Amino acid sequence: MLASPAQLHIPDGFLSTPVAILFWILSAIVIAIALRRVNADLGERHVPMMGVLAACIFAGQMLNFAVAGGTSGHLLGAALAAILLGPWAAVLVMTSVLGVQALIFQDGGLLALGANIFNMGIIGAFVGHFAYTTLRRLSGNRAWGIFAGGFIGAWLAVVISALACALQLALSGTSPANIAVPAMGGVHVLIGIGEGLITVGALAFIYVARRDLLGIGEGKPAGKAVWVAGLVIALALAIMSPLASAHPDGLEWVAEQAGFLHQAASAPYSIIPDYVMPGVSNEALATIIAGIVGVVIVAAVVGALALSRRNAQGKTQ
Amino acid sequence: MHHSIHVDDLSFKYPDGYPALKGVSITIAPGEKVALLGRNGAGKSTLILHLNGIFPVQQGCARVCGIDLKGCNKQELAQVRAAVGLVFQQPDDQLFSPTVFDDVAFGPIYQGLPEQVVRERVTQALADVHMGEFSSRISHHLSVGQKKRIAIATVLSMQPEVLVLDEPTAGLDPRGRRELINLLRELPQTMLVSTHDLRMAQELFPRSIIMDNGCVVADGATQALLADDVLLQAHGLEHP
Amino acid sequence: MHIHFLDPYEPGNSPIHALDARVKFVLTVTFILTTSLAPAGAWPVYILLFAISISVIVLSNLGVGTVLKRAAVAIPFALAALPVLFTVKGESLFMAQLGFVTLTASVEGTERFFSILLKSYISLQMAITLASSTPFPQLLMAMRAVKIPRLLVAIFGLMWRYLFVLADEATRLLRARAARSGAVPQAGLKTGGSIVWRGKVAGGMAGNLFLRALDRSDRIYAAMAARGYDGEVRGFALPRVPVMHQVVLIAGLIVLAALFGLSRLLGA
Repeated sequence: MLASPAQLHIPDGFLSTPVAILFWILSAIVIAIALRRVNADLGERHVPMMGVLAACIFAGQMLNFAVAGGTSGHLLGAALAAILLGPWAAVLVMTSVLGVQALIFQDGGLLALGANIFNMGIIGAFVGHFAYTTLRRLSGNRAWGIFAGGFIGAWLAVVISALACALQLALSGTSPANIAVPAMGGVHVLIGIGEGLITVGALAFIYVARRDLLGIGEGKPAGKAVWVAGLVIALALAIMSPLASAHPDGLEWVAEQAGFLHQAASAPYSIIPDYVMPGVSNEALATIIAGIVGVVIVAAVVGALALSRRNAQGKTQ
Repeated sequence: MHHSIHVDDLSFKYPDGYPALKGVSITIAPGEKVALLGRNGAGKSTLILHLNGIFPVQQGCARVCGIDLKGCNKQELAQVRAAVGLVFQQPDDQLFSPTVFDDVAFGPIYQGLPEQVVRERVTQALADVHMGEFSSRISHHLSVGQKKRIAIATVLSMQPEVLVLDEPTAGLDPRGRRELINLLRELPQTMLVSTHDLRMAQELFPRSIIMDNGCVVADGATQALLADDVLLQAHGLEHP
Repeated sequence: MHIHFLDPYEPGNSPIHALDARVKFVLTVTFILTTSLAPAGAWPVYILLFAISISVIVLSNLGVGTVLKRAAVAIPFALAALPVLFTVKGESLFMAQLGFVTLTASVEGTERFFSILLKSYISLQMAITLASSTPFPQLLMAMRAVKIPRLLVAIFGLMWRYLFVLADEATRLLRARAARSGAVPQAGLKTGGSIVWRGKVAGGMAGNLFLRALDRSDRIYAAMAARGYDGEVRGFALPRVPVMHQVVLIAGLIVLAALFGLSRLLGA
């Protein structure tokens, strides 16, 4: 019934300010660590490499394939980037992709960018990396482990990102958890399959053409901490979201306690005190006055602009 | 009368407003072999991309293998794409599958042909370009000349009526170029080849079309056109 | 033969175009923050914010209609917020019959839903105006000015430079696939192959693009190294923000702070 948006780029306005800022801080910390790690691992060549590969992931998102009924699957890329470049570099690549998408193409908001980087960049990279390395090692670096790991890593990255997005919306009071989690999760369980297929296709191409890039050779291991982080994120969200959707009021209670919902919780109509604005006795009047002020502002700008143009024309003639 | 390619007064503007084609008319009969000449930005590639419906007809008319590209339905468009083998300048764009076999098999698999037929088609197409033993090789690791020939095989496997090639000899060393020219001479299909290689045009194609600035400026016997120094110079070309 | 990956920047000589990119960047982000902080149902604040955004668009000469239309891109996302109409408890506003279920929309829920929608719409207008009136290199300078790490800004810059190149490559790959996606007029053949096969083909294209991008980054690195690049991203010191532009910045911040204060009063 409720067709949840297929994309995960949260626009501005949909997250409460505390949630948006909290995830900006979290993302900024991870990006700072990633910058340091990547700089240490790749040294001076990482600027051109990260830049071009970010452009590559961005352009790669144009590559689609027909699924069914006019819909198409396309690449999001975080898991693929994490598999090929390692989780830290993938965080930087996805940060650049999402940053430019938000800043230039308004794909996702600026204030919401922290949360978007957290969901699609950080969670996507860590969870994808965790699932891929686990299966690859279990298989003893055999081809089936690489492809199964790629598929599951990509699928899981999309699904867990969607759950995180749903929980953020719930925490913001934008969408109740008992609807957002199953709707977002459900849609992305399907979208994840497309992501998985395309990731496997890309790995198959690279497997035959440049097997060295799949970390089978001397690829630098990212370390246990990242693996554990991926595991913990995946587990936490997989456990938390059903809980949250079973007790949506519980999440709302948490949010209220933490002050996340303080804006939404207030009902201005009833609580507006008479003395708020001198001479303005109620909300309706305040709205009317704001409307008049707004019209005056716009009219003044239009008028001033018209006047200055006429003056400019007068001068040239 | 059935012409393989019949383009009449075709005009095309890119989304940014740049007019790449301004009333182009050409007709190519079945079995003809034609060179498409002109400087960079003359509109050759834009024209070529119309011939199997990658670019929609904005103005004018384009009929290919009996199908009007303007207002044709999806199925007819797919038929045009099967009938016209379009080989791009950059073989790397055309070879997007892991192995040579996968790439040559793409067209037949897409058409829904049974596996046995697909295998026969691939074998035949690779044999046609003298790359029979490369079936299980990895496209990424081949030389430019080899990639170019595989790219031709990827359309031959669809058994097209017309071959349209964009700059087939660009970037090849002398031997690679020679092998490619020999290959083109052997292929029986109707052929339209965009190129800067005027010597090849002289050698292979009885007829040439010169484009400049989105228009056809000359269309006739290759020998006569290439002998006209004034014409060549006026349109940024050089006598071979 | 390039697909013009639509760079939203539109050159112009409006006052908004002329405003220092750093000032624009900070004011845009603060504007979006102020909008975000306005409580649900604070209509007077929304109206004033909307009036400001419209004024800025008028000043920027980008075309009010164009920007308002483009700002509607986020509307599909509003589906995610639709349930709050019915799940927020409060005074009943209207009922919707959905099969066997009757949903009751509350006044508070409706208020919250439309507040979310408006906030998103107003924020997008400002973001679009920023991107359309500021060339990307100036945005990079603004990012440096607000202390975004230099390395990250350098990565952004390189990404922007090669975005168009790689988008062209992706487009050519898609064309090459489309050119061979043919059908023969023969009964009983189902064109298109299986979903898994199509997914794998698209993946192969992504892998192809990736390897070529990697090769390209090696060449770029070599070209940079050949000109003395040693890993340190250097640049000129940023020029000072001109005094007039500083005044605009401060005035803008004061207005936004006043609006924030108003929204606090309304929500208190």
